[in-house]
Amino acid sequence: MSTGQSRKYKVIGTRPVRHDGVDKVTGRAKYGADVRLTGMLYAAMLRSPHAHARIKRIDTSKAAAVPGVRAVVTSADLPEQGDRIVELGEGAANMPHLSSNILARDKVLYRGHAVAAVAADNIHIAEEAVKLIQVEYEILPPEMDVVKAMRSGASILHDDLRTEFASPSSGDSGPTNVAKQYLFEKGDVAAGFSRSEVVVEREFDTATVHQGYIEPHNATALWNPDGKITVWMSTQGAFSARQQTAEVLRVPVSSVKVVPMEIGGGFGGKIPIYLPPVAAVLSRKSGRPVKLVMQRADVFEATGPTPGSHIRLKMGVSKDGKIQAAEAWMAFEAGAYPGSPVGMACMCVFACYDIPNGRIEGYDVCVNRPRTFAYRAPGSTHVAFAIESVIDEICQKIGIDPAEFRLKNGAREGTRRVDGPTFPRVGMVETVEAIKNSAHYRTPLTGKNRGRGIASGFWFNVGLKSSVTATVNNDGTVSLVEGSTDIGGTRTSIAMQLAETLGIAAEDVNPTVADTDSVGYTDITGGSRVTFATGIAAVEAAKEIQRQLVERAALLWDCDPKAACYVDGGVQGPDGKRIGFKELAEKLHLTGGAVIGNGTSSAAQQGGAFGTHCVDLEVDPDTGKVQILRYTIAQDAGTAIHPSYVEGQMQGGVVQGIGWALNEEYFYDEQGSMRNATFLDYRMPTTYDVPMIDTIIVEVPDPAHPYGVRGVGEVPICPPPAAIANAIRAAVGVRMRELPMSPPRLLAEILKAQTK
Amino acid sequence: MSRKRVVSATINGDLVEFLCEPRQTLLEVLRNVLELTGAKEGCSNGNCGACTVLMNGRPVVSCLVLAMEAEGAEIRTIEGVACGSHLDEVQQAFLQGAALQCGICTPGFIMQTEALLAENPQPSEDEIRFYLAGNLCRCTGYDKIVRAVQSAAAQRQQASHSTQATR
Repeated sequence: MSTGQSRKYKVIGTRPVRHDGVDKVTGRAKYGADVRLTGMLYAAMLRSPHAHARIKRIDTSKAAAVPGVRAVVTSADLPEQGDRIVELGEGAANMPHLSSNILARDKVLYRGHAVAAVAADNIHIAEEAVKLIQVEYEILPPEMDVVKAMRSGASILHDDLRTEFASPSSGDSGPTNVAKQYLFEKGDVAAGFSRSEVVVEREFDTATVHQGYIEPHNATALWNPDGKITVWMSTQGAFSARQQTAEVLRVPVSSVKVVPMEIGGGFGGKIPIYLPPVAAVLSRKSGRPVKLVMQRADVFEATGPTPGSHIRLKMGVSKDGKIQAAEAWMAFEAGAYPGSPVGMACMCVFACYDIPNGRIEGYDVCVNRPRTFAYRAPGSTHVAFAIESVIDEICQKIGIDPAEFRLKNGAREGTRRVDGPTFPRVGMVETVEAIKNSAHYRTPLTGKNRGRGIASGFWFNVGLKSSVTATVNNDGTVSLVEGSTDIGGTRTSIAMQLAETLGIAAEDVNPTVADTDSVGYTDITGGSRVTFATGIAAVEAAKEIQRQLVERAALLWDCDPKAACYVDGGVQGPDGKRIGFKELAEKLHLTGGAVIGNGTSSAAQQGGAFGTHCVDLEVDPDTGKVQILRYTIAQDAGTAIHPSYVEGQMQGGVVQGIGWALNEEYFYDEQGSMRNATFLDYRMPTTYDVPMIDTIIVEVPDPAHPYGVRGVGEVPICPPPAAIANAIRAAVGVRMRELPMSPPRLLAEILKAQTK
Repeated sequence: MSRKRVVSATINGDLVEFLCEPRQTLLEVLRNVLELTGAKEGCSNGNCGACTVLMNGRPVVSCLVLAMEAEGAEIRTIEGVACGSHLDEVQQAFLQGAALQCGICTPGFIMQTEALLAENPQPSEDEIRFYLAGNLCRCTGYDKIVRAVQSAAAQRQQASHSTQATR
């Protein structure tokens, strides 16, 4: 369903079959683990059994002596990094941290931390040889809890870590696990609270959760004797992977070529690299290509989950339901090395609302868990759970409809966020209106132990840099080469924008995702940026093609190019002359050869994405199990290029959010070992756990994009935990303030409420 | 290390002989020996369903089947679903219905759906959701997958009715 305009476009808004679809339903599409090269070796890794320990000694001699073993590496085979910080396009990386996360140097900082690797003739030999590597550890106490890790006397992960305070402080405060403090303030918070009739302050905890992509990380590398390194891998960003690999190996970036294979899900988790430098060094040592694929347990134990968090949130509202002041304090697990998304969480927490007086304080805290990385709207889901729960409680207290409250306080064009920026045209209130007017919200929910909840969410959406090259073929089609790896149908959403601009069919564009030697620099597929930013690049390329085709037509007509223009899929000239795109394409050889359009995008800033969700559920009061009965998501997509894939992003995000809300969490024992590192015990939603997810695409075009696109990938994961918590309150009267709201936790709260 | 043995099986209609070690799984042999990489390895312990193939008509997670167990069996993989260049109804429905995003789970879902529709040509939504609950998808939220299965079932029903009508 779309509330958008009538048919303004020919291609945009239609639902063509995706260009890579046939390959993916026939099993022909080649993913990272499907790579096979002549003479290829298979590698396995040795990982730390301890959550926190000093490495005293590593002896690889027995492993190296196994017949069929061709190379063994440890961190001693990776170059020293010194104290370098490197800009990676989407953020800076601390090189010693990045390198020692790939192969541990003096310490292991989480269970599963990579220590050594073996390449052998087959995977079985490699796995057996790895077991023969002897490592002597000095075991240290693990620090697993984010709040405890902040206290003095906590076990310290990095002796050289000092807190980077929001305002410069004097003197050395000594070793700490607190890497960074964030602080944002707006207005007069104390005065705002004193003007408030209702003030609610609550604390929330959220568990560590994983992106849960089905395809494990992989890399196949060949280090040629000429110094050229080729890496075939699944990655969200070939250029980012290239630069990270080059920086870790300390070789020029141009000596590394990354070939992005099809990628089996990422959600942020395939932006960092773990394997390419290891595979590359094994290749250099063995003289053969080396393939390295993670096991599922390694993916859970050693690749970036999204952090657990502790959040305290306070909000004051006047009797008429206007927010007067709000305050948030939060601590996020960074994992083994600094870098949690707490800064982004600070910027998201109050973004849905017009808050005159606000204060936000956040802390990035190291704990003995894997280094956390981005997961779909990183940080925003955590804080949406907190603020949307507090708002629901306020609505209950002052007796206002929660949709009405959001309409009254929702962010609009011109609203200034607590962290500074002012919103351009955004669609927050439109998504609330869409829910309020939906058949779902207008149908009363009946039945025992059933409840309805709503919640909203925000994500920035980023722009960053993209490149494409489009070549016109003689048969009237266009080959489109792009640098954005395609995780969910973006070949098609980009091709459709090129087709729209040229006035041709989507099927007449043949998109290809290219390696880093074959296309211009392109940032990661992440931040909900590809359909927006790579789309802009495709529109630019199409305009360049238009310009050249006008020149070609003018040549045919022997007229001034200024007298001709590109309209409706063809060139129009003087005296009513017109030549269609296909006809002109057939004449390329006669008019000067190839027509190639390049397009780049670099500076565009997205306006931001909002969504509002409504859920009906039923609680089994005897077990604490929650059954989702009905779910509706309304989201501002700006302009939906391919509505099916927009809906798909919305539905997929919602179901990930349902998993986060109800079941998913890392269970650690006291020694810091994860006890549920399998898909059986780390319980992600299955088909049987969820109903159909109804979608309402709201279209408030983003002025920063030629067709009004807003990124849609991330924001749908933000509201579900809060919407579900609010619905549970409506169903059984208990407020859940800890994620996941799993049966044992919910049952305990129900029993507590009954004994009161 | 144990000695390799010869195993014969019918794979996608062709009689195939391959060498394997006792410890090798059917998945490993399909992917690394027979170069049928359509079956995907997501977890190697039977929890994700990405490696689902049909063995004597029944869906199995090939990571939990030893290659030696395939002796004499009829195996059907994703590579054997399309007839020449004609996609079957399930593949068509997944394409038309945008029932895939990254696509890594798609071969497993299609094989499981083939088994479902062979067993139960007109499944209800609940029956579809129950039958596919062993296949994990992290991208789609399952909505479009379930709809694609419904659509494939309807297509197949229609096709069999029209075949009967012309008889």
